[in-house]
Amino acid sequence: MTENLVGIFLNSVFTGNILLAYFLGMCSFVAVSKNINTAIGLGFAVIFVLSVTTPVNWLIYHFLLAPGALHWIGLPDVNLSFLKFIMFIAVIAAMVQAIEIIIDRFSAALYAGLGVFLPLIAVNCAILGTSLFMVERNHTFVESLIFGFGSGVGWMMAIISMAAIRIKLRYANPPYGMEGYPLTMIVTGLMAMAFMLFSGISF
Amino acid sequence: MKIKNNALNVLFRPIWRDNPINIQMLGICSALAVTVQLKTALVMALSMTFVISCSGFMISLIRKQIPKNIRIIVELSIISTFVILTDEFLRAYFYDISKQLSVFVGLIITNCIVMGRAESFALSNPPHLAFIDGVGNGIGYGSVLLSVAFIRELLGAGKCFGMQVVPDYLYSMGYEDAGFMLLAPAAFIIIGLLVWLQKVLTKGSP
Repeated sequence: MTENLVGIFLNSVFTGNILLAYFLGMCSFVAVSKNINTAIGLGFAVIFVLSVTTPVNWLIYHFLLAPGALHWIGLPDVNLSFLKFIMFIAVIAAMVQAIEIIIDRFSAALYAGLGVFLPLIAVNCAILGTSLFMVERNHTFVESLIFGFGSGVGWMMAIISMAAIRIKLRYANPPYGMEGYPLTMIVTGLMAMAFMLFSGISF
Repeated sequence: MKIKNNALNVLFRPIWRDNPINIQMLGICSALAVTVQLKTALVMALSMTFVISCSGFMISLIRKQIPKNIRIIVELSIISTFVILTDEFLRAYFYDISKQLSVFVGLIITNCIVMGRAESFALSNPPHLAFIDGVGNGIGYGSVLLSVAFIRELLGAGKCFGMQVVPDYLYSMGYEDAGFMLLAPAAFIIIGLLVWLQKVLTKGSP
């Protein structure tokens, strides 16, 4: 059981990295990786939101939406799973809003650091993608918790290393048209290649 | 220069000069993930065009009624409705492809192109223009998707729409498919090169 959980965690951080292997969260990745401090801030915010929303969405899916999930109120034949997109995105938007209010109330320092990023995260595809993968891979509740957390860690690692590389790249002299976005994509490709090396390791 | 919002301009601008993926850097996530084969890329491009144009039309239709503070959630629910329609349709008629696309149809909801067009265009323009703008952006998105998918499928599997195009004698002479093209890193690199190409080609034009 625990080995399995460790496996899910390592898989979501390295071999199945949400950004480098499944391409999720690219938009904010390209836009925010210019500066290392904002990258760290956004990274923590993503970890936070993912570790909260994935288990919450698990509960919603398994007690309300999945085929036969409503048998606890006597409706075993109802299948609401087609509603999962709209439910998940509503949960994510609501959770992000709630987290923003809670952080604002209890920790001004944290709010100053994370506050600006939280609204961005609501439409980050990594968040919705993790919830959808969690359904597709039939994770249990504890697994979904680990999976959400691990995906966040993987995303943060990718964006921080990207920001570090981009700082170095400022002094490079790329050919016309290559600077900025195209170069970022190619560097991401090379990073993805590096992360693929982890796939030889089995757990 | 002020951009004229006539229908033709709205339709053709996003296809090349304001291409959503290459120039506006929107919607990259799905562009990378579904481009292993031309077939999935085509289906994705069509679903995307449908969702952008219909949701743009709907949002533009009620743009004067939407209160400013809750517009994001209103937009999201309209978009998700169309995504659910697309997903159910694909599941009913193209089950295999919808299995291959897996979560990426659902991810159209959070695709920045749809939100971006809703926010920046549909909220301030009449419905018919918003619809045309959606079609244009869908075509712009689709053309990038198809070119990436074409390169990847041709070099990675020697096929085009699932039909073999690299002749057998090349294989017997020792040609091998570049399996790397089918993996994630190749997608990033090809998009990077395509954007570079477009930037060089449009050099100097306003």
